[in-house]
This record gives sequence, C-alpha cells and structure tokens, in this order.
Amino acid sequence: MIPEIGNFSLILALLLATLQGTLPIIGAARGIPSWIALAKPVVQGQFVFVLIAFFCLAYSFVSSDFSVLNVANNSNTELPFQYRLAATWGSHEGSLLLWVLMLASWSVAVSVFSKQLPDDVVARVIGVLGLVSIGFLVFMLFTSNPFDRLLPAAAEGSDLNPLLQDFGMVVHPPMLYMGYVGFSVAFAFAIAALLSGKLDATWARWSRPWTIIAWVFLTIGIMLGSWWAYYELGWGGWWFWDPVENASFLPWLVGTALVHSLAVTEKRGSFKSWTVLLAISTFALSLLGTFLVRSGVLTSVHAFATDPARGVFILAFLVIVISCALLLFAWRAPKVGLGGKFDILSRESMLLANNILLLVAAASVLLGTLYPLIIDALGLGKLSVGPPFFEAVFVPIMTPAIFLIGIGPISRWKQMSLPALAIRLRWAFGISVVSALITPFFMGEWKPMVSFGLLLAFWIIVCAFVNLKHRLNNSGEGNLLTKLSKQSRSYYGMHCAHIGVAIFIIGVTLVNSYETEKDVRMEIGSKVTVGGYVFQFNGTSDVIGPNYKAIKGDISVFKDDQFVRNLYPEKRTYNASGMAMTEAAIDTGFFRDLYVALGEPLSNGAWVVRAYHKPFVDWIWFGCILMAMGGITSITDRRYRLKITKKESSAVNVAESERQAEGTPAAVASATTKVELATETTKV
Amino acid sequence: MMRYLMPLAIFMVLAVFLLVGLTLNPRQVPSPLIDKPAPKFQLNQLHEPDKIMSSEDNLGKVWMLNVWASWCVACRDEHPLLVQLANSGIIPIYGLNYKDERNTALQWLKRYGDPYAISIVDTDGKVGINYGVYGVPETYVIDKQGIIRHKQIGPVTVDSLEKTILPLIKELQKQA
Amino acid sequence: MMRQFSDVVKVTIFVFVLFSVFPLSTWAKEAIPVAEDPDIEKRMLALTVDLRCLVCQNESIADSRAEFSNDIRREIREQIKDNKTDKEIVQFLVDRYGDFVLYNPPMKPTTILLWFGPAILFAIGLGSLIVYLKRRRLQIEDVSLSQEQLKEAEALLNEDKKGKNV
Repeated sequence: MIPEIGNFSLILALLLATLQGTLPIIGAARGIPSWIALAKPVVQGQFVFVLIAFFCLAYSFVSSDFSVLNVANNSNTELPFQYRLAATWGSHEGSLLLWVLMLASWSVAVSVFSKQLPDDVVARVIGVLGLVSIGFLVFMLFTSNPFDRLLPAAAEGSDLNPLLQDFGMVVHPPMLYMGYVGFSVAFAFAIAALLSGKLDATWARWSRPWTIIAWVFLTIGIMLGSWWAYYELGWGGWWFWDPVENASFLPWLVGTALVHSLAVTEKRGSFKSWTVLLAISTFALSLLGTFLVRSGVLTSVHAFATDPARGVFILAFLVIVISCALLLFAWRAPKVGLGGKFDILSRESMLLANNILLLVAAASVLLGTLYPLIIDALGLGKLSVGPPFFEAVFVPIMTPAIFLIGIGPISRWKQMSLPALAIRLRWAFGISVVSALITPFFMGEWKPMVSFGLLLAFWIIVCAFVNLKHRLNNSGEGNLLTKLSKQSRSYYGMHCAHIGVAIFIIGVTLVNSYETEKDVRMEIGSKVTVGGYVFQFNGTSDVIGPNYKAIKGDISVFKDDQFVRNLYPEKRTYNASGMAMTEAAIDTGFFRDLYVALGEPLSNGAWVVRAYHKPFVDWIWFGCILMAMGGITSITDRRYRLKITKKESSAVNVAESERQAEGTPAAVASATTKVELATETTKV
Repeated sequence: MMRYLMPLAIFMVLAVFLLVGLTLNPRQVPSPLIDKPAPKFQLNQLHEPDKIMSSEDNLGKVWMLNVWASWCVACRDEHPLLVQLANSGIIPIYGLNYKDERNTALQWLKRYGDPYAISIVDTDGKVGINYGVYGVPETYVIDKQGIIRHKQIGPVTVDSLEKTILPLIKELQKQA
Repeated sequence: MMRQFSDVVKVTIFVFVLFSVFPLSTWAKEAIPVAEDPDIEKRMLALTVDLRCLVCQNESIADSRAEFSNDIRREIREQIKDNKTDKEIVQFLVDRYGDFVLYNPPMKPTTILLWFGPAILFAIGLGSLIVYLKRRRLQIEDVSLSQEQLKEAEALLNEDKKGKNV
C-alpha cells in the first residue's frame, strides 16, 4: 500500500510540475496575474507530493518491504537502521528520487525566500525549475520507478553494496545532489532573465546568493566524497580522476567561474551574456554528470548499474533542455549591453582571465574524460586516460589562475596601475618565495615541487594579508577592531575561500611529497616504523557486527617511546553478499594522519599490514571546508539581506526602471572599492 | 549572431559523440593480437599430464583455442554450444584450462561434456598473459599459418557463432 | 565510521595480547617487508600505478586486488628480475592488451588532440580574451557623455554594433 501511495504521489507531482512548468511562464509572458500567482502554490504542492513519495520509499526501506524490487535489491533485514535509510538513495532509482526531492526543495526555497523579487521573475524562475522537474519525474516514472513491485516478494533482500555501508553514504550523496541541483536555480534565473529580456545587474544580485549556496553544497559534497574514498577504499588515495569524480568536478570548476563572473555582473554590470552562458554550462555539466554515471558509456568505480535505455532518455533530456537554453541564449544575448567600461588592467579583466583559465581547465578535464569515448566512437580503438594526463594538464593551467587569486582582490575595478600594484606586491612575492624555499627543509628534504606548491599557497595567503592591511589603512578613523568590523562579510568570505584554496594546495603538495608507507608481514608483537611512528601489532580478534563478521587488528602506536593510541583496522566479510571489505583505522591529526589497513592473513596469527604516514593530508579537506565557509560568509552579507521594501504591485514598470538604475554600471561607476559600493547600496 | 551560436554547435557535437557512445561497450577491449602470430606455448595436457602439446602442432589447420576454467561461471553458458560445435566436426577446439585445479577440471568436463580435442593446462596463467586473456571464457580462431584471426571475449553465443565465427572459419579453411 | 566493540571484545584482546606477546617476548622484533626485494617492489609499484586493470571498474593494477592484477604484478616482478627495462615491460603488456592498459596514453596520431588539446584550448582562451578586451574597449571608448546619457547611448551603440557583426 505504502509504495502505491508513493507511486501515486509521484504521478501527482508530475501533474503539478507540468502546471508549474507552463502556466507561470505563459502568465509572465502574457501578463496574466492569476497564472503568475499560481507559481508558488503549485511548486509547494509539488514539493509536498515528492516529499510524500520520498517518505514512502524511505519507509519501505526502513521496514524492509522486499515486495518492492528496489528494496529487495538494495537492502537487507540485517542492515543497520541508518544504512537502510541511506539505501533509500543507494540505488539508481532511489537516488533519482532524492534528486527530484532536492529539486523540489530548491524550488520551494525560491518561492519562500524571494519575497523581495518581482512576482513575474519568481514565476519564470519557478516555471523553468518546473520544466526541469518534469524531465526528471518522467524519467523516473517511465524508466526507473523506485516503487516497482517484485512479485512474489523476496524473502530477504540482497543487501546494500558493502562499500556504501558507511557514514559517507548517509551524507555524501545528499550534499552532492544539493550542489548539482542547486545549479538548476542559477540556470532557472538565467533562463528567466533571457525570457524576460531583462538581463541586468539586479538579476545578478538575485541569483548570486543562490549560486553561491549551490557552489557551497557542491564543494562540501565533493569534499565528503573524497574523504570517504580516502578512508574507505583502503589505500588512502583521495582523488582518482575517475570519470564520475570528474563529472562532479566539472560543474564545480565552471560553477566557480560563474560565482566570480556574477560578482562582476552584479558590481559592474559587465559580462552579462558571459555569466548567463556560464550558468547554462554549469547546469549542463551537472546533467552531463548524471548521464555519465547512469548510462554506462564510461567505466567508473562509482557507476550505477547501467541501462542503455536510461542513457538514451537522459541524453534526450540533456539535449532538449540545453539546446533550447543555448538557442534562447543565441537569440537574446546579442542584444545584451556590455556594461561598464574598464581597462585591460583592471579587476574586471583579472576576473575574466580567471574565468577563462577555469574554463580551459574544465574543458581539458572534459576532453580527458570523454577522449576514450570519442576515439572509440570514431572506431580508432580503445585507450585509457588516467591520472598522469590530468595531473600533467591540470597543474600548469591552474598555476596562473592561482597567481591571479593573489592579484585579483588587490587590483581595482575599472583600471589599475601596474607599477602601483607591483610596489604593493613585491614584498608579498618576496616573502612567499623565501618561505617557500625554506619550508621544505623543515619537512626533512628539499624538493622543487614542494617549493613550487608552497609558493602558490603562500602567495595567496600573503596577498590576502597585504590586501587586508591596505583595506584597513583606507578605512578611515578608529582602532583596529572597528576597522575590521567595517569590512563587509563578502570581503571576508572571499578571503576565507581563497585561503581555503591555499590550505588545500599545502595539503596536496605535502602529502604527495612526504607520504611514507610500508607493507609488512607482522607477527604478533612485531613492530614497524613509518614516518617516525612505531606501529606494534598486538594480534587480531574476531568481531561480530550487525550484518558482517570481522577480524579486528589491534595495533599500538608509539612515538619516541611514548604511547600514542591503539588503532583497530578491520577486515570484514558481509553476511548477505559475502563481500570482503577492508576498514582502515586512522589516527587523524592536525599535521599528519596515521593510516593502517589489514592485508591478508598469514600463518600463526600474523598478517600483512599496510601502514601509512600521511603528513598534512587533512588540510586537503580542511581547505575545502574553508572554501565552503567563505561562500557561506559572503552570502550573509548585508546587501543580500536587504529587503527592497517597495513591493511591486501595479507599478511594475517604475520599479523595474529603478532597479535598472540601481544596478547599472553608471550608477556605481564611481565606486572603486567594495566599501563605497556597500554604503551606496544601503542608501538605495 | 554566429558567435552566439558557437556554444550550441559545440554542445551538439558533444551530444552526437555521447549518442554513439551509448552503442559501444567500454569494457570490451579488442586484442592487439588479431592478425598476429599466436603466441607459442608448450604445455602439459590435462588428461595425460606427462604429454606435452605445442602450439606448432596445429600448423596447417584452422583451429580454435578456448580458454576455460571450472571456476568460471560464464563458461557453463557457452559450453553446450562448444560441445555441439565439436560434434559437428567443423573445427577442432583446443581447451586452455586456465588457472585451475586438475581434478575439479576433469570432473567439470565429465559433468558438462568434453568438446576439446586436447585440453592443455596453464596452471599459473603465464600462457594466458601471453594471449592477453583477462576475462575467462575467451576464444581464439587461429588460421593455418598460426595467425590469430578472431578473439571472442566472453561466452560464445549462437549469434556470435553464426554471424562471425562460422563464416570466418569457412573462409579460413578455403585458404591454402 | 561506526566502530562497535563490546567490553567482551576488549577483554578478549587484552587476554590475547597478554598471552601471545609477553611469553614469546618478541617485543622488539622488526616486521619483515612483504616484498622479497624492496627495490623490485618499488619499481613494480611505480610501473603499475599507471597501468589499468582490465577486469576492474577503472582501477590501476597497483591499487586493484583482482586476480588479474595479481598476475600482472607477479609477471612484472619476474621481468624486473630478468633485467628487463621498464620500457620493455610496458611494451610487453601493450603487445598483449593494447593501449587500453596505459593510463598515460602514448603520443600517437590518435592522441595528438588529447595531448595538445589543453594547450590549444589555452591558446584559444587567451586569444579570445585579448580580442574581446580590445574590441570591447573600442566599442565603449567613444562614450564619454553624462552618466544618464551613457546608458542610453550604450544601448543604442550595442544594437548598432551587433547589427554589423551579424
């Protein structure tokens, strides 16, 4: 009964999505207020039905209803509660439902948090989101229904893939999908702007916080995935350049470009059509990711069980949505204004250059990811493109981009003088070079690549402080604290995110260069020294888990004859599938991780044990967290919380022209720093 | 206007490749050994372990080398077809018993039938590596000069047999 | 990660440790590396990191624990012992499994676009950036009116320019 309610709810959601995707858009185009007014109730209704469907599926999983095919294939009565819940989105069908739920949630969020926006804009945005929902709901109902029955019901489920039975499965997919789907809001704002023809700085201001939130979710999602792979796969890798990983990285790269381009569009009115193109591209890459994961065109560790029929459907959907969007773009974009004037040397062109670099990086990753498919499609044979290619290509492209991270925030809008910039940055450069050259010695061994990586990281950090110092000097009277509190949150957010990039680079550089590992045969009582830590093997014991049997190793770690802690790596065999899993044990520290995994058993209770010392590895994820925190900080900025009190009613046109004036480059042309801009904004 | 249509054009090219990609199997890796001499081997026979078979023994005839093992589930799927083919006498099939245990291999043949003119034993899989074996079962068609002409990765099916393998054998047998 | 262990288990471990460690007094015994020859192992790992396991879902032979990868690792160790060069070993595998085993695709007519693609993209990106910035300056240069006029003029100007561009 419950699955049928879920199924029925999905059908109702599809009907509502159809209303949502048509009437408000037509209403906005023809100026029919009652159709415009439909947007909000309809989207909220759609959300409620999708939520009901989701709860029905979750209930089926939690209650182990094996008459539902999806549950029978991906769950088991022995599976602990939290994983039965997570199994809801563990399969292709369930993850689609999660995707649709996220989409509905974002749509409802738009309908709730956009009170200051004109109704017709909201109607268009919600309408476009409705069109996207239709696609996914139809896809789910016709090719991948999560509620399909299994008759007769299975006596026992075949269990969730043991790799997925982890905390990572509970948090990683929802975060990642929130990011992927979040970019559909940025997409919807862009399409709405193209439809209305009102592509101005106000549009950028409205869509910017949404884009940043989506970007934050995607950052966290990718970070969690990387961290999960690190501790779960058993050899401590954190990024593999796998097609599916690349599929999440591509929208991140282009999304990052979008976030920066939006900044220019909002502040200076420039790059409008470029920003729109980026918004479309980011969403297109999110959809492409879905296609790659679910169609089986590429081999990946993370792929779902694949089915060409599904591939055809997603591809058709991708082509319809994106080619319509790009056609609309080609039609409208030529009429869009250029925005404010700026010099070749200005913050605008710095940001544009950064955009280009991010896009070239994304295009190169896309090229490497799809190259085997392209060659195969042309009948030229099979080949593989792996980490050596991506590393060789990605680092040189990103190096100038990282150099620009330092300069960009210091340079001025409109125009800047190169000599002045050089004077301000020569110290920053000097300090970065010297410390980058010296620091590797403290790690034990000087390596050119380490110095290079550290140079990039230190450059970002030192430039951020030079920038802050300069800002404070120009912040008028008052002591340091009042000056600090004068700066806008988006200013701090930016630096936080940039320093996150620096921290990330430090982590990657140091762990790649100074990681040590040993693969040893450990008898009971024997020990091995890795990275200055002594690991002593105390033997193993049998452990019975809720749905697995495990052999648990006991390893004591010492440093300079001082006991540090015990580590308990496990080797599990899952009851239902018989699959063996290695559960590494990790001692996480600020400066290093100690990572121990059990290999194969030997005679007399001895085991093959792999022990790693990974310096600074956690900085990789810490850096990502800082980036995400930077994003969150910047959207709490005052100007986004600003309520435009003038509620548009009959005087839509008046308000429109006012908004136009507020956002145009002309009005802000005198504003050379964000401080001035912020004060101006509050006056409005 | 043209400038603004560029993104659409790029996207459409990409979409075409993705569409073609849907019809391909990314896990099917063609062997570079096609049209190359079959790697030489000298291996002990399964039924009579003290006898040795050499790859050169088959020069002058078209033959099939089928890589199989008793632990291989998919081998059971293709096995009836191989038995049928062997009974028809169209082509001699030689079995490469890959990384198997002798007794279970013999029992397996007793149970499912023995289509092989001779089965040879590749216990450590070394000959398998030379032939580029990565997924058992695999089947090679080798011509009179000892050149590999075809490799079937995965089980032989009625379809692959009728459409590819049998016509090829016929043609190869006609050649001098 | 959820790690559950009951007191019973703790006691078991304690007893286990007590009985197995102290009587044997192997306290200071250094564990033996798994590899017979660490140098060979190092070379083998360096090679297999960039080789693809054919039966896995996109894993390197170094990372994979599949039977196939075990065999190839063993084969490579043997070949290193036989004084084969890295190049010969890789060629040996390519001869049998094709370019598919290489994560680092060799420069060939079919991979030229792959290896030079990023550089071409970079050049295109840089080129269009410069062209855009220059053209943009020219388009906006002649506007130096009051701020209100600037806006209107810009709109008109753009339409004009775009018309010519078609």
